[in-house]
Amino acid sequence: MALSVDSALYRCQRLAAEAFFRGESESTPLLSSVKERLKYNLNKWRIVFPNNERFQKDWGKVSRFYAGNGIRTTKYTFLTFFPKNLFEQFHRLANLYFLLLVILNWFPQVEVFHREITMLPLSVVLLIIAAKDGIEDCKRYRFDKQLNSSKTKAYNKNDQAYVEKCWKDVRVGDFVQLQGNEIIPADTLLLYSSDQNGICHLETANLDGETNLKQRQVVKGFNAEFEPKFFQNIMVCEKPNNDLNKFKGYMEQPDGKRIGFDSESLLLRGCTIRNTEVTIGIVIYAGHETKAMLNNSGPRYKRSKIERRMNMDIFFCVGLLFIMCLIGAVGHGIWIRNFSERPPYDVPEVNGNHISPALGGFYMFLTMIILLQVLIPISLYVSIELVKLGQVFLIHNDIDLYDEELYLPIQCRALNITEDLGQIQYVFSDKTGTLTENKMVFRCCTINGKEFSHQENAKRLENYKELDSDDEDWAKHQHSFLPSNMVMKTATLPQRSTKPLRRCQSARAHFQGHSRKKSLGRCDSSQSQVAFSSAIEKDVTPDSRLLMKVRDAALQLESLSPLTPMMATSSSIIDFFLALVLCNTVVVSTATEPRLRVTGPPLMKPAAGISLERIQQLLQRLKSANLSQSFLSSQSSSDLGASFNGKNNAMYSNDKDNASSQSCSSSTDYLRRDSSPGNDCAEIRDASLDEVFGSVTQGHLQPEFCYEAESPDEAALVHAARAYQFTLVSRTPEQVTVRLPQGTLLTFDLLCTLGFDSVRKRMSVVVRHPLTGEIIVYIKGADYAVMDILEEPARGNVPIGSRMKKIRDQTQKHLDRYAQDGLRTLCIAKKVLSEEDYRKWANFRREAEAAIDNREELLMETAQCLETKLTLLGATGIEDRLQDGVPDTIAALREAGIQIWVLTGDKQETAVNIAHSCKLLDQRDTVFTINTESKETCESLLDITLEEVRKNHVVERTKQNIFGINLSPSLSRTVGVSSNVGLVIDGKTLNVIFQGELQQKFLELTKYCRSILCCRSTPLQKSMVVKLVRSHLKAMTLSIGDGANDVSMIQAADVGIGIAGQEGMQAVMASDFAISRFKHLKKLILVHGHWCYSRLAKMVIYFFYKNVTYVNLLFWYQFFCVFSGATMIDYWQMIFFNLFFTSVPPILFGILDKDVSAETLSSLPELYKSGQNSETYKLSTFTFAMLDAFYQSLVCFFVPYLTYRDSDIDVFTFGTPINTVALLTILFHQALEMKTWTVFHCGIMIGSVLFYFIFSVVYNNLCVVCNPPVNPYRIMEYQLSSPSFYLVCFITPIVALLPRYLILALQGTFQASPILKAQQLDKLPKGQRDLAIQQWRSRKQTESVITEDEVDRTTSNLSQSSFPAHATAGDGGDMRPELNQPVEWMLNIEGNFFMNRWAEEEVTAASSPRQHPVVPGEMNSSGRFGQLTINTKVLNQGSHRRSVSTVTL
Amino acid sequence: MTNKSSKRTQQHPSRCPDNSAFKQQRLPASELELTAPAVLSSFFIIGLVCLAVGICLILTVLRVQEIQINYSDICSNCSKLRENASNWKTECHCTANFTLELSMEGDVLMYYGLQNFFQNHRRYVISRSNAQLLGKDVNIENSNCEPFTIYPNGTPMAPCGAIANSMFNDTIHLSYYPNSTTVIQVPLLKRGNSWWTDKNVKFFNPPSHNLSSAFAGSARPPYWEKPVYLLDEEDDENNGYKNDDFIIWMRVSAFATFKNLYRRLSRINEFADGLPAGNYSLHISYNFPVTKFRGKKQVVFSTVVWSGGRNFFLGIAYTISGAVILLAGFILMALHLKLRKK
Repeated sequence: MALSVDSALYRCQRLAAEAFFRGESESTPLLSSVKERLKYNLNKWRIVFPNNERFQKDWGKVSRFYAGNGIRTTKYTFLTFFPKNLFEQFHRLANLYFLLLVILNWFPQVEVFHREITMLPLSVVLLIIAAKDGIEDCKRYRFDKQLNSSKTKAYNKNDQAYVEKCWKDVRVGDFVQLQGNEIIPADTLLLYSSDQNGICHLETANLDGETNLKQRQVVKGFNAEFEPKFFQNIMVCEKPNNDLNKFKGYMEQPDGKRIGFDSESLLLRGCTIRNTEVTIGIVIYAGHETKAMLNNSGPRYKRSKIERRMNMDIFFCVGLLFIMCLIGAVGHGIWIRNFSERPPYDVPEVNGNHISPALGGFYMFLTMIILLQVLIPISLYVSIELVKLGQVFLIHNDIDLYDEELYLPIQCRALNITEDLGQIQYVFSDKTGTLTENKMVFRCCTINGKEFSHQENAKRLENYKELDSDDEDWAKHQHSFLPSNMVMKTATLPQRSTKPLRRCQSARAHFQGHSRKKSLGRCDSSQSQVAFSSAIEKDVTPDSRLLMKVRDAALQLESLSPLTPMMATSSSIIDFFLALVLCNTVVVSTATEPRLRVTGPPLMKPAAGISLERIQQLLQRLKSANLSQSFLSSQSSSDLGASFNGKNNAMYSNDKDNASSQSCSSSTDYLRRDSSPGNDCAEIRDASLDEVFGSVTQGHLQPEFCYEAESPDEAALVHAARAYQFTLVSRTPEQVTVRLPQGTLLTFDLLCTLGFDSVRKRMSVVVRHPLTGEIIVYIKGADYAVMDILEEPARGNVPIGSRMKKIRDQTQKHLDRYAQDGLRTLCIAKKVLSEEDYRKWANFRREAEAAIDNREELLMETAQCLETKLTLLGATGIEDRLQDGVPDTIAALREAGIQIWVLTGDKQETAVNIAHSCKLLDQRDTVFTINTESKETCESLLDITLEEVRKNHVVERTKQNIFGINLSPSLSRTVGVSSNVGLVIDGKTLNVIFQGELQQKFLELTKYCRSILCCRSTPLQKSMVVKLVRSHLKAMTLSIGDGANDVSMIQAADVGIGIAGQEGMQAVMASDFAISRFKHLKKLILVHGHWCYSRLAKMVIYFFYKNVTYVNLLFWYQFFCVFSGATMIDYWQMIFFNLFFTSVPPILFGILDKDVSAETLSSLPELYKSGQNSETYKLSTFTFAMLDAFYQSLVCFFVPYLTYRDSDIDVFTFGTPINTVALLTILFHQALEMKTWTVFHCGIMIGSVLFYFIFSVVYNNLCVVCNPPVNPYRIMEYQLSSPSFYLVCFITPIVALLPRYLILALQGTFQASPILKAQQLDKLPKGQRDLAIQQWRSRKQTESVITEDEVDRTTSNLSQSSFPAHATAGDGGDMRPELNQPVEWMLNIEGNFFMNRWAEEEVTAASSPRQHPVVPGEMNSSGRFGQLTINTKVLNQGSHRRSVSTVTL
Repeated sequence: MTNKSSKRTQQHPSRCPDNSAFKQQRLPASELELTAPAVLSSFFIIGLVCLAVGICLILTVLRVQEIQINYSDICSNCSKLRENASNWKTECHCTANFTLELSMEGDVLMYYGLQNFFQNHRRYVISRSNAQLLGKDVNIENSNCEPFTIYPNGTPMAPCGAIANSMFNDTIHLSYYPNSTTVIQVPLLKRGNSWWTDKNVKFFNPPSHNLSSAFAGSARPPYWEKPVYLLDEEDDENNGYKNDDFIIWMRVSAFATFKNLYRRLSRINEFADGLPAGNYSLHISYNFPVTKFRGKKQVVFSTVVWSGGRNFFLGIAYTISGAVILLAGFILMALHLKLRKK
């Protein structure tokens, strides 16, 4: 896709077209003349006539109003480049200012320089920028050209065939024929697909970066062979818009019937056709009107903090300029007034008169502006752009930020905020995919209230950590590592069976390794990477106990024993796994053909068909046994084998072997013997193990399936089910085929799929059971989203009710524990629908689908209507592993004084746990948790917490002041983040805070906290939090995230970082920098950020200094030439001074200087604080630079002045040494600033000086009359032959730079700042340096240990002191009535509620809220401080949700 | 495996950054160290050098002899006369006597000095036509000479512009009185005082067989008494635009108080070693009015050394800065030692 599009241009064109169109339609009633029935309003709708013979006329009439498919993303054409580019450049204020000066200089009264000369700097700047723009535009042009001339096949009505056409020649209404793997040239309506179900698969990676396949459906009624010639419908749809998911329209048939279509049938430009041989579509939107193009907004421009500061300082310069000009004007006016008769050197006007003092003063003011214009550093803007380009180049090329797995270097998408990286104070991070890998791994599950801990699986994950780090050697490792691992696990198992056993599950484990790559390169669609799961996600080691149960369940079916109490459990086990397999949108493909979807069950269909009858019989029997829940009918292979006829026998036995081998091998040996010694499967195994394994190792006939899922946890669940032999074999929109443990294939009719959405937080499928014919709804969703809609236990049926209740409580308990372990939890539930209910609902649903107006709401309503009264099956825990290097990075960032906030949509417990594991929260930290839904509670909680924290902080502060004398000033300045307080807050509380105007209190509190966790927050809340911190605390913020839900947060922050990872490209698209791992943040911020900041800050200051110094030279001279605006330096030399002689060194400095080495910076994160506190560029440094500039310019002017005073020196001969000493001083100043001297630095420095002298000599020699009326002919030569010139040039820079040199030397000697200290560390040899760094750090640590001890003491004081207060609160005391009363009140209400509600239950539920395991993690960790909990439960009536306000100390 | 990796690199040739020293910012670099031990030597060396140069310079400048005779007060009657522009045709002479206590040895330069004459005024500086001065026939109407270009009757001025117009036109003669009765005209050179390049590159008379015809059709500037081709009637090589006094005047000086080289002592006869001590008198034909702008005129005699004229500033500057740098060095050393002891 093109990087940017001038959508304004497009809009403009469209408006013009519309206007034209309207005009015409007014004069001649368009189309109505052609055919009576066409009376559509083209201004409201888009009408597309097919481009075939039938509609030739109409098509010709209408299609010219629609944009062609050629695109032009260039801003300029060859002709419009200069006017347009200039126009754009003059939007910049500085350029306008300089244009004004140029114009001003055109008036003879105020003319200072030659008119042409004044234009030079401006034109150079404009030219450089224009060249840059031109090159960018040229690139775009070439890309457009390439895109426009790509070929596609479109229908040609004359040839009546599909002929090759360039993209740009495709018109709206054209029929295009697309093959698999082709890129779609325009937005087309899908009319035909070679797929029998009329489905076409798309890969939208080019559009949104998501690599999973999306399905598109042929418009209803068009599934047959398609012939454009006979197509006679007219399409009416909405006008082009940029909403990718919104598209509505209908097709009008000749007989007036309308067929609706929506975005499900729209193929978007830029997507790739997959898995479909041929598709035919009609172009609806082309070129710039396609959704992809309309969505393309250009690159973002942000203004960095330095630039904002800089603009303020430019205002200071403007003020300075104004004062100087005023002095000049007033001085000149006074001087003129002193004369009654004008002296001969005061040249009269052209008419011979002299101007009045006032007018002379006014003219002089303008003249001085022109003269001193350089004070506003025009070159600074260009230099900054160049420097940032260089910095971006270097960041981009950092090999440490290159991800070898994804082949991705860091992407710098915003070119102009590199230095902001060095000033970050707040980091807002997403959790999933950012801190964690977003590789969802099935960890454990609970079914029917029974937990299956999956110990082996946990062990496997442990081991993967090592393995994962080195995936190159994966294949090698697999052999050496796996058997030993298995031996450990299944000690009794014979060695020979382990290998194949393993291979059964992970035969293709290394097939892809880390194959979750994204095709980020826009053009290289050839390397089609796929969104398959990696090995770690695919291999799930089944829990032995559960496996046994699954087998039992299957056996129960098999033996058809009468209903036992076990029955319900086993059926729900099977239901559980069926739900895992069915309730998803996973696309199945085979490993051999990764992108080809498996649509039908392979090979075994006849076998399944035969077995069906038998199974149905079984089920009937089971049903008659009054089984309330349907369960899976299964069959044992032996059972079936008996009923086989000869024809199918050979084929089946093959499969049977396979199936049995799978089922046998995957369960562990010893279990089997214990549980079911008589198992015939075991017999088969014993009998034919060798041959079975032989076949497995040889051919493995069963195809390896690959699952592509929209979200990785879906795939994880399918893989988990697979480990228990519930294999998803194929999936079409109508049917899902599942292979059961014994090898039977069951094909479920998919009646309806209610997809996942963020409001419901769950998805469900309605299927018809192939055997029982029951209609079953399987639901999978976030725990609270499912728990709330479970069936209430029936009053009448007490035993069943209490059983359900028990299961639910048990499951909830497990869920809580999973969450504590940092697992993602999902609840699985089901519901059986009666035919009648389903029919009703289906009608309802159809109506909703057909609705036009509020379709979304209606659909939502139907979904909610269906998802009620569920039966809980169980829950799963999915682990999302921490990325490597995360704790280290977080520790480093924190040491750097950055406050880290984690904003996540996850559960509180999960979030807190992850926070602990990534060292965001320390075990010793005091964690405050605030969850509430009422404003009053929230306010009081904030008040209480704030008070506690403040007390804590005050004590610490005083302590710091006592010991603070030894601390360096930069340390004590960082505001109280050192106190170890963490804050956990949830989305609802955030809402309360935002709505209840509690932001100030909240922020006040967060200032004292070291880390803050916001859980359960929506994307909007995330961005609101970021904005809050940014606007209220005026802090520099950085957001990092990887998913679409982080986009708003990324955009809200000063610096947005996207993680190019698992969840598509939206985050990357919205970001300023895109990295691939969280750990890269460390180097990016601590090293590159620091460098970029200090380089650019120093450069900006230097530019101000430089310009002020130089301009002041001219200003001082005004005191000696009656403020007449004369200059003692030749114009050219003056202009070249800024343009060439002194411009390159600072730019090079800005790109290459390293004040501290990368190693030291990353090992001493503390150094980052200098950038955070803007130590390089702040008011004091700016003032210091200005004062220094004034001093230096005074020296540079007055040393030559005093030297040449009273002599016969002429103007330019006097100016030359001044220019020279100024150059030397300014360059030496730069040299003092530079910390590293590479070959480049030396070369540029020496080159600049040499260039000055050579240029001056050459120019002075060439210019006899070239520069009328005055010229510096031979002056440089004259000066070079005069000894006093050298004497002046030697002493002046020394005097000018002596103070600075002395101050720098003193600073260096006393190591006034950590940066200086670190610089000296850098000079030590490596070993010594490491030692010194360690000493430094340990010194820091001892300091902080003292602090911590102190904190401990204070916290213990604090908790002691606060205990009575809260104790009284509990007793209803009135020590702080205004705070405690509401809290206490809540407690009472809640207690009562609990009592009433759970009266007949065990007491545990009604136990005191204080003992409720709300945040046990913190309880343990903060145990040593004593513990204090205020729980405020506000229970919503009928809601299971626990809203707990806790303050845990 | 190597195969695999090489294939990968082939597939992604551009993505992985080069591991070069430049791109990884690992260029070999020497670091500027600004700490006491590192900079002390520079302080001492520079300090000592400055001190030495300063003392040298002072000693040198001491050898320069200079005498200034301010004659605008002495010739006050003439000054008064010139105040009124209508008297421009009236000649006014005056004499200024002075005594040279010590003989001035070596080359003696004679300057005229002006005070408060702002030759560096912006509009004055540009009021000239270089092309005209090169002897080219140019249309000066559009040049920077305005308003000193053309008389109302259409005659162009030669030379044009304010600088030329306001040229210093006093003539000064120096007489030496070896004793009370004898008067010796001190021989002074009027040629070779200007820059060689000015005389030979930048200033040319219009091509013609004689000067008066070369300047035919043009008129003198309004303030002038005589046309430009009569500036030096004795020496053709020093006449017209090529007149040294004119050339020197046209090189506008940097400050309001300045001196321009007027004559050099011709070292012949008694003056072979310079100006001997004794009584002198200046005979001045007083034409240049200065009272209008409260100016002063003076004559300066000076000898020169390699460093220029009698200006102690550089010497003093070097000496003082040398001393200050040394002092700073010592302070730095003391601080450093103290710190190290600690």
